[in-house]
Amino acid sequence: MKVSYYPGCSLHATGKEYDQSMKAVSRALNIELKEVEDWSCCGASSAHSTNFDLSIALSARNLIAAEKNAMDVMVPCAACFNRFKMAEHHLKADKDLKAKIEGVVGAKYQGGIAIRNPIDIIFNEIGLDTLAAKVVKPLAGLKPVSYYGCLLLRPPEVCEFENYENPFMLDKMMDVIGADVKNWSYKTDCCGGSLAISKTSIVIDMCDKLMSAAMEAGANCVVTACPLCMANLDMRPSSGLKLPVFYFTELISLAMGLPGSAETFKSHMFDPQPLMRQLRLI
Amino acid sequence: METFLEEVNKKIHGVPLQACYHCRKCTAGCPTAAHMEYNPNKVIKMIQNGQKEKVLASSTIWLCLSCETCITRCPNQVDIARMMDVLRQMALEEGRGAREKNILKFHEAFLAGIKRGGRINEPMMMAQYKLTSGDLFSDVTLAPGMFLKGKLSLLSPRTKDMKSVKNIFEKTKSI
Repeated sequence: MKVSYYPGCSLHATGKEYDQSMKAVSRALNIELKEVEDWSCCGASSAHSTNFDLSIALSARNLIAAEKNAMDVMVPCAACFNRFKMAEHHLKADKDLKAKIEGVVGAKYQGGIAIRNPIDIIFNEIGLDTLAAKVVKPLAGLKPVSYYGCLLLRPPEVCEFENYENPFMLDKMMDVIGADVKNWSYKTDCCGGSLAISKTSIVIDMCDKLMSAAMEAGANCVVTACPLCMANLDMRPSSGLKLPVFYFTELISLAMGLPGSAETFKSHMFDPQPLMRQLRLI
Repeated sequence: METFLEEVNKKIHGVPLQACYHCRKCTAGCPTAAHMEYNPNKVIKMIQNGQKEKVLASSTIWLCLSCETCITRCPNQVDIARMMDVLRQMALEEGRGAREKNILKFHEAFLAGIKRGGRINEPMMMAQYKLTSGDLFSDVTLAPGMFLKGKLSLLSPRTKDMKSVKNIFEKTKSI
């Protein structure tokens, strides 16, 4: 299949492992990516926290740019995904707002393309059977808890994600690539998101709570689909409460034996390589 | 004259806050409620009571993470996360500033980054945040490792059509 690709700012910086592994996995699963032309930031938390119209307009500029490709747009970053879905929701529900925002952006919004997260594309379009057939190195010994965070799932009527209180798509994917997924009750709890820099102590508490729960569940790592969750869980937990954190695409890439899979592990702040070597996975 | 409740309801443009029957499910699921001076459901009560000054000057509205757990679980679909956005924007538009100054400084640095290059360049954004907030020494131990691992780069691609981005800021009268 062919889709538009909106990487967003994080995937070119702190979340570059997600971008690299996403592209590798997409190629291997025959998902052709065409980057949205001249994209700009979605506005993230800072736009909607201070100015509603700005938040909708910044996202709308990118949705309009993506519409030029006339294909569904894949948005790997959970935060960008959430802002795009939110903008789509408001633009479709409120004609006056749509007219106002089109005036601000200087172009028409059609609303004709679907905004999709790669979890949904791999799970629903590619399918677990296809994924299973491509696994050459099952990740035996890896015990992840799957961590979805907030922005992929909520609010449910906007994000349209199945089973938003107890999602299972990531769990099933991890199962298919040979990992021993642990069950836990914190799949959709918040990591502290954008307060990491301006209110660090609160975020440390939140990350410590998550990591303690992951350890209690018997996990030896955490798997996520959000660059904000990754940054916080990779950098903020107190010593003694750190576990390797992976993007789900990094693990799929490794299990599919794609070249360069282990390279992205080198740029994690909490080094996952000792665990992976111990399990003979790299 | 419009009451505070009417004003907030109009801006939320959805389920009115009167639909809240204070079951406190929002507060029970809120990850930052323990750090807030007023719990989310208390803020609704205060709006119903017309306590505008206290609400807009509170730390609560800035500590909301917009994790959307409250709206997801509210039995009456009261959009509390949207309400918090409305209250923050009101505080700014009325020139009241933010009780949690550094949270606002972060948002300002982030938006200035978009205005500058269309996309966020994290080192530049952090430099602006640190200079304006005076919070110079936090995270300094993380930065060198992030540079070495290529997670932070001083030169990153920008949006080419910056005129369209700047227009958005101008036309929405953003900070």
